[in-house]
Amino acid sequence: MTPHVSTAARSLFSPSLAARRVRGAIIVVLGLLSVVVALGTLAFLVADVLGRGLPWLSWGFLTSFDSRFAARAGLKAALAGTAYMMVFTILIALPLGVMAAIYLEEYAKDNWLTQFIQINIANLAGVPSIIYGLLGLTFFVRWMELGRSVLAGAMTMALLVLPIIIVATREAIRAVPGSVRDASYALGATRSQTVWHHVLPYAFPGILTGNILAASRAIGETAPLVTLGALTYVPFVPENPLDRFTVLPIQIFNWTSKPQAEFHDLAAAGIIVLLAVLLLLNSVAIYLRQRLRRRY
Amino acid sequence: MNDGQRTAGPLPGRQPFRRNRARDLRERAVAGVLGLAAAIGIFTTLGIVVALGVDAAKFFSQVSVIDFLTDTKWTPLFSIKEYGILPLLTATLLTSAIALGIAVPLGLLAAIYLSEFASRRARDVIKPALEILAGVPTVVYGFFALVVVTPFLRNFVPGLSTFNSLSAGIVMGIMIIPLIASLSEDAMNAVPNALREGAFGLGATRAEVAVQVVVPAALSGIVAAVILALSRAVGETMIVAIAAGMNPTLTLDPRVPVETMTAYIVQVSLGDTPYGSLSYLTIFAVGAALFLLTFSMNVFSHWFVRRYREVYE
Repeated sequence: MTPHVSTAARSLFSPSLAARRVRGAIIVVLGLLSVVVALGTLAFLVADVLGRGLPWLSWGFLTSFDSRFAARAGLKAALAGTAYMMVFTILIALPLGVMAAIYLEEYAKDNWLTQFIQINIANLAGVPSIIYGLLGLTFFVRWMELGRSVLAGAMTMALLVLPIIIVATREAIRAVPGSVRDASYALGATRSQTVWHHVLPYAFPGILTGNILAASRAIGETAPLVTLGALTYVPFVPENPLDRFTVLPIQIFNWTSKPQAEFHDLAAAGIIVLLAVLLLLNSVAIYLRQRLRRRY
Repeated sequence: MNDGQRTAGPLPGRQPFRRNRARDLRERAVAGVLGLAAAIGIFTTLGIVVALGVDAAKFFSQVSVIDFLTDTKWTPLFSIKEYGILPLLTATLLTSAIALGIAVPLGLLAAIYLSEFASRRARDVIKPALEILAGVPTVVYGFFALVVVTPFLRNFVPGLSTFNSLSAGIVMGIMIIPLIASLSEDAMNAVPNALREGAFGLGATRAEVAVQVVVPAALSGIVAAVILALSRAVGETMIVAIAAGMNPTLTLDPRVPVETMTAYIVQVSLGDTPYGSLSYLTIFAVGAALFLLTFSMNVFSHWFVRRYREVYE
C-alpha cells in the first residue's frame, strides 16, 4: 500500500503550484475549444447551406416536381412522399411500440425472456440503418411483394424507429407514480383497465414526445430507403400506399450526387426545407413536454 | 392444524369471492397481445439474420469464404469479377479511424469540461446544443463534406481528390462528438463525489482531479462510449457514400477515393442489378459482414461496461 500511495502522490503534486495551475487552465481552454469547434462547425454548416440555398427557395420550388433543369426542379414529390410515408410509419410504429412498452413495464415478470427482449431492443438500436434497408428489401419488397412502395418504406422505417419509441414510452410509463396504480386496483380495476384509464393518460405527454422524436429520426433517414430502391425519378404524388415514392433526404442525395454546382445549390435549398421541418417537429416536442408536464 | 382447515372454506355468512371468467379471459388476451408486440424486437432480429443469412449463404455457395476474406480486389460489377472484401473493409476502417481521431479527443475534452468545470447554466445550454449535432440527418453531413469541407481542405492537402476518406472521416467525427461526449459525461457524473473530495483534500487542483481521478474512475464507461462510436462510424452510410467515393481500392491513403462496405451497398442499390444475380447477392454478403462487425462491437461494449465497472459504495 505505502509505495502505491507515495507514487500516486508524486504524480499528483508537482513541485510548482504555478505550473499546475497553468496545466489546469490549458485543460479548461481545450475543453471549451472542443465545444466551440463542434458547435462552430454546426453554425458554419447552417450558414453555408443558407447562403447557397436561400436564393433557390421559392413557392415554385416547393410545388414543382424534379426536373433535369435545375431552374425548374422542385420538391413536390419529395414533400408528399415524406408526409405520406411518415403517416404510415407512425400508424404502424406507435401502437406496436406503445404496446411493447406497456408489456415490458406493466406486465412482464423479471425472468430470462424479459431480459432477452430488453437486450434485444438495446441491440436493435445499434444496428446500422442500412441493414434495416436490406431487411425491408428482402421481406417487404420481395417476399411480401409490396414493391418499392410507400408501404414497404413505412414498414422498414417503423422497425427502425421502434426501439426509440419503446425506450421513450417505457420512461414515460415509469414516471407515473405507483400510488396511481394502487388507487385504481383498490377500486377493483383490472390491470388492463388501470393501464388504459390511468397509466396511459398520465404517460401521454412523454409518449407523444418520444414519437415526435422518432418521427424526426425517420424523416432524416436516407440509407434504408436507398436500399429499398426509392431513389428514382418520381414525377408524381403517391396516391395509394403501393405507389412508388421519393422523400426529402433522397431528393437531396440525388441532387448532391450530380456534378453541376447549380444542383448542389438546389440540394442546399432542399436541406433548408428538411432542417426547417426537423426544427419545427423538435420545437413542438419541447413545447408539448413543457406544456403537458404534470406534477405529482 | 385446525387453522389450516378453517381457511380452506369460505368465511361463514359471506359470499365467496367469485371469479369473473369473462374478465379473466379478456385480461389474459390483452396480456398476450401486448406480449406479442414486445416480441417484435426478437422477430426483427430474426428477420435481419434470415434476410442476410439466406442470400449470404447463396453467395457463399458460389464464392469461397477464404477468397472473400483474403482476395485483395473487389470487382463484382466489372467483367473480371473478384470478391475480396478487404478493400471495402480497409476503407470502412480508414474512414472510421479518421472519425474517431476527431471525435475521441474533442468529445472527451468536451465531456471533461461539461462534467468537471462547466457551471450548471453553461451545461444546460451546451448539452442540448451538442445534441443538435447528432440530430442533423447524415445526408446533410454528406453534402457538407463533399461541397464544403473537401474544397476547403484542398487549400492545405495537396493531391486531395474530389472524393476522399479524409473529409468524410472528419465530418463523420464531428457527427459522433455528441455520442462520445454525452456517454463519457454520464460515466464521469457517476463517479462519486467522495473520490473528488478525497483528492481535493490531498491538495489536488481541479484539473488534476478531473484528469487523474475522475477519468480513470470512469474509464470503463469511456471505453464503452468509444466502441459504440466506432460501431456507429462503421455503419454510417450517407456521409461516406456521398463524400468518400465509390472506388474499391485497397489503400490507406486518405486523399484518394475509396469505397466503404456501406457505400458499396448504396452503389448496387442505385444501379439496376438483376434480382437474384450474384452481384445482387454481394450486398447481402457485405451486409452480413457489416452486421456481424457492428453487432460484436455493440455486445463487446455492453460486456465491457459490466465487466470493468467500478462499483462504489
